[in-house]
Amino acid sequence: MAVLLEKSFPVEAGAYTTAGEASTTIKRTLKQLGISAEVLRHVSVACYEVELNLVIHSLGGTLTLLVDPEKVTLISRDVGPGIPDIDKAMTEGFSTANEEARTLGFGAGMGLPNMKRNATEFDIQSEVGVGTTITMSFALQ
Amino acid sequence: MIPGVRGVPQKRFHSVRLESDKCRGCTNCLKRCPTEAIRVRGGRAHIIDERCIDCGECIRVCGYHAKVAVTDPLSAISGFKYKIALPAPSLYGQFHDLRSISQVLNGLKQMGFDDAFEVARGADVVSRAIRERLKNPDLPRPVISSACPAIVRLIQVRFPDLLDHIVDVRQPMEVAAMIAKREFARRHGVNEKDIGCFFISPCPAKVTAIRNPIGHATSAVDGAISVLEIYGLLSSQIRNAPIDISIETASDLGVGWARSGGESDAVSPENSMSVDGIENCIRVLEEIEDNRLRGLEFFEGAACTGGCVGGPLNFENNYVARSSIRRLSSRDPDPDLHVDSGMMTKYSLYNNESIKPNMAMKLDDDLLEAMRKMDQIEKLVSELPGYDCGSCGSPTCRTFAEDIVQGVATKMDCIHKMKEQLRVMAQQMVNLAQTSRE
Repeated sequence: MAVLLEKSFPVEAGAYTTAGEASTTIKRTLKQLGISAEVLRHVSVACYEVELNLVIHSLGGTLTLLVDPEKVTLISRDVGPGIPDIDKAMTEGFSTANEEARTLGFGAGMGLPNMKRNATEFDIQSEVGVGTTITMSFALQ
Repeated sequence: MIPGVRGVPQKRFHSVRLESDKCRGCTNCLKRCPTEAIRVRGGRAHIIDERCIDCGECIRVCGYHAKVAVTDPLSAISGFKYKIALPAPSLYGQFHDLRSISQVLNGLKQMGFDDAFEVARGADVVSRAIRERLKNPDLPRPVISSACPAIVRLIQVRFPDLLDHIVDVRQPMEVAAMIAKREFARRHGVNEKDIGCFFISPCPAKVTAIRNPIGHATSAVDGAISVLEIYGLLSSQIRNAPIDISIETASDLGVGWARSGGESDAVSPENSMSVDGIENCIRVLEEIEDNRLRGLEFFEGAACTGGCVGGPLNFENNYVARSSIRRLSSRDPDPDLHVDSGMMTKYSLYNNESIKPNMAMKLDDDLLEAMRKMDQIEKLVSELPGYDCGSCGSPTCRTFAEDIVQGVATKMDCIHKMKEQLRVMAQQMVNLAQTSRE
């Protein structure tokens, strides 16, 4: 089914002051579309985690929301640094968050596992020096 | 016609109303409404029924006093053979020289009530019921307080995915009314049906909650009289009301419910968060939604600054009232002292209906149509100036775009777009004048 709604949000690396703004706008959009509470719950958690990941770990990127009648899709694309070992990154409790992020209460190593747990489909592609793309979809039915 | 969100307004009871002859059509209320429920059309504000949560923010900010709360007059009590006053704990904070709560209770009796039953005592029972609920690890965390009806309705409108966090325990005024009627009927050998319970209310949202309860079909409370309505009369009665502490039956923790943090103190002192002010509550609810507050047990949100002492129908400012409440409720710390376990099964303390989402923010019932509208809104937003000035009558450029797409506003309602258009037309006229001269 063709995508009927697309919105993109640039997310800056290290921009803690604006972290969460894209998620708030995405949630508002989905509520106006009348997306069910059950789906909202999952999207909210995954969306915030992935946005925070862009702020904490990436060199900057874009968060994109796609909606079609079957599903909500979130795509996070960044321009680096890339993840050397995806399996390790997906392990609960593993984190490479820096000191600044940890003082702010992040870096519990639950980000990626949390996203996977909340999404209906989860895909992560990464290449060191190039960037990471995370695609999550949430079935509407 | 009041512009309903989707064209047709849905009629439901609201305590918060507009006195349109006083309204100047300014933007004060427009900008402050947390659910974007106000529009200015034809020089007057209108409240969109299905979005209004009766928080009373507009009453507070209206400099022309055009926003009012509908409450019962004191004379309404004469409709019942026996009349019981249910003073909100925040009422005690209105009299800064008050020595004892019993003065307020006796003062109310001197005013024509047969009895006064403390809502703070209802709060004691509710606190215990919530503490029991918190023992259940299966309830989604944080458990959210059901005490502030404006916050519950805010969640219905803006955070439907958090509805199952709201604790299913009824409000203290409901529990107080049930106990008051039962005890009075037994003590005096009269029929409960002949007893009218009147909440002395600091708050329009509670007035609405009596007419349209959330989570149960009918209210045990028969009416609501605003604190302001009785303030003058009650202050004069209090001056010569006898002190008798034996009639003060609520605990200090129950009285503490009057201020933000009081419920948390009574319910989950270890790991709770109390937030006051509706904008602050929205910010924290966003965080709860994102699962950012992991480990939090209990969230107490109050729409008014300071909690119920900040209610728009109070007389005293919330800071004065708050410190009075502190002074009056600083003795016993034992939460269960005033509630025996028998109370927990004797009354209907729990909701028997689920709390449904209010989809008033939804663009359309049909998802495809909603997406099409969203697309149009985005395009319009990019063409609008983004000043959020409110001159068009909608609170922000984005809501204005939504209103255009919903067919309740037109682009030329924007004075900046209008000026742009005039400039083009003026240029066209100049051009026309020049061509016709040749």
